Amino acid sequence: MAETIWLFLGLLGILTAASAVATMLSWKSTRKGDVLPSTLANLNSRIKAWWIMIATISIAFLFGKGGVILLFAFVSFAALREYVTLTHTRRGDHWILLGMFLVIIPVQYYLLWIEWYGMFSIFVPVYCFLAMPALTAISGDTERFLERVSEQQWGIMLSVYCLSHVPALLTLPIPGFEGKGLLLIAFLIATVQGSDVLQYVFGKLFGRNKVAPKISPSKTWEGLIGGVISASLLGAALYWLTPFTPLQAGLMAGLACIMGFFGGLVASAIKRDRGVKDWGHMIEGHGGMLDRADSLVFAAPIFFHMVRYFWT
Amino acid sequence: MIENKPLLRRAAAMVLAGVARAITGVRPIWQGCTPSKRQRIYFANHASHGDFILLSTCLLPEERERTRAVAGADYWRKTRIRHVLARDLLNTVLVERNWVEREQDPMVIMLNALEDGHSLIIFPEGTRNMTDEPLLRFRSGLYNLAFARPDVELVPCWIENMSRVLPKGAFLPVPLLCRVIFGAPVELSPAEDRHAFLDRARQALLELNPEHQRSLNHG
Repeated sequence: MAETIWLFLGLLGILTAASAVATMLSWKSTRKGDVLPSTLANLNSRIKAWWIMIATISIAFLFGKGGVILLFAFVSFAALREYVTLTHTRRGDHWILLGMFLVIIPVQYYLLWIEWYGMFSIFVPVYCFLAMPALTAISGDTERFLERVSEQQWGIMLSVYCLSHVPALLTLPIPGFEGKGLLLIAFLIATVQGSDVLQYVFGKLFGRNKVAPKISPSKTWEGLIGGVISASLLGAALYWLTPFTPLQAGLMAGLACIMGFFGGLVASAIKRDRGVKDWGHMIEGHGGMLDRADSLVFAAPIFFHMVRYFWT
Repeated sequence: MIENKPLLRRAAAMVLAGVARAITGVRPIWQGCTPSKRQRIYFANHASHGDFILLSTCLLPEERERTRAVAGADYWRKTRIRHVLARDLLNTVLVERNWVEREQDPMVIMLNALEDGHSLIIFPEGTRNMTDEPLLRFRSGLYNLAFARPDVELVPCWIENMSRVLPKGAFLPVPLLCRVIFGAPVELSPAEDRHAFLDRARQALLELNPEHQRSLNHG
């Protein structure tokens, strides 16, 4: 597909440019002083991690549907592991926790593989929603019961259910767009992650007024507005990946980016509540898997349902 | 057969370290000391069979190879499979915990292992902690070792979350992120008696617990 090659070359170009700029900045600052400022060191490791992430996603795309489903099953696993680590669990929860990893993740992604949409959309919010507290009650430990059950439900909803809506885009039968679902996924990931990067850049350059100073010192109105507008323009420019017109592509990208912003905000609130800075250390420079995926968690289900409602 | 065992052990240690990393993403936090090839006794909190695997996964490969965990013979000799596991694969130093019936003095066995150049992992609580207390009282073995071998560093190691990953009686581990926090070595002072030393060592270990630090900060 010509689109895939253009997309790949475009990403390669952007990453190369980013690496070149970062290398130049690092070279300049180490020539003057001897230590690299922490922002720059972080930028370097972030860009390095981007190379690895893009390479991983590209390889998954080469394997098509199976590759993307496996990739996101792994993302769900890593995200859920980071999430559950921060929750309160007791010995009686052992079987439920095992079930979350060994049953719910495989079943949810298997349902995508066989494209059973009816079950895919209710397995977590109906069956798991009721089964998990029932099993916790059977274990007989009522200490902080409500808190434990709610935290488990939230973890499954965020890390498994919401995230699985990214590969679910492959299952949508969009007229005139058959067999191109991977491109739609690429569009969603590129605009949402692009918006994260652009918000970071605009925030660092122009950030003055904080959106929610109690939750995150790095989220500013200037970053948010600049990031969302530029990411919407990026989305409009990438309309050729999608069944949308340029205007529609820009609006869908804007919507996904605003959702992504809220995802990041909620994730920050949880982290603040638990007194940690990052979810984990899996992705160097970025933190954990959830630090990178939090925006996709919120963007994917809304994007999926908008496409499903208006384009199928 | 015998000459194959080191190879088998090395392979088993590599596989276990790989599995431990895949499930727990374990990271060492060298808070009070640095990784070293010096002969050491690592003493840690104990709530799970996974504890010593997690701890040895955090060590440098060469150090991991010569580090052996001290474990209860009464448990690990109970069935044939356990005994083979402990002796041939995990290379543990088995000591008898029961005072009355024991045939060999645990101190002699541990000192022999140190004499052979091994580093040791010991769990001074003596058993897996099943209570809500973060740390049980220490048995006196740690003091005896410190007294007999003042040249070997005693490093406190707080193992985080492993009791949630693989609690006592559980067979399958729940994947959760774990850390092992290595503190500053504890030394026996010349005039210090057994009780004072054990209290101090226990306190040093307890202070590595991030939850302990958090509760101090919040009053």
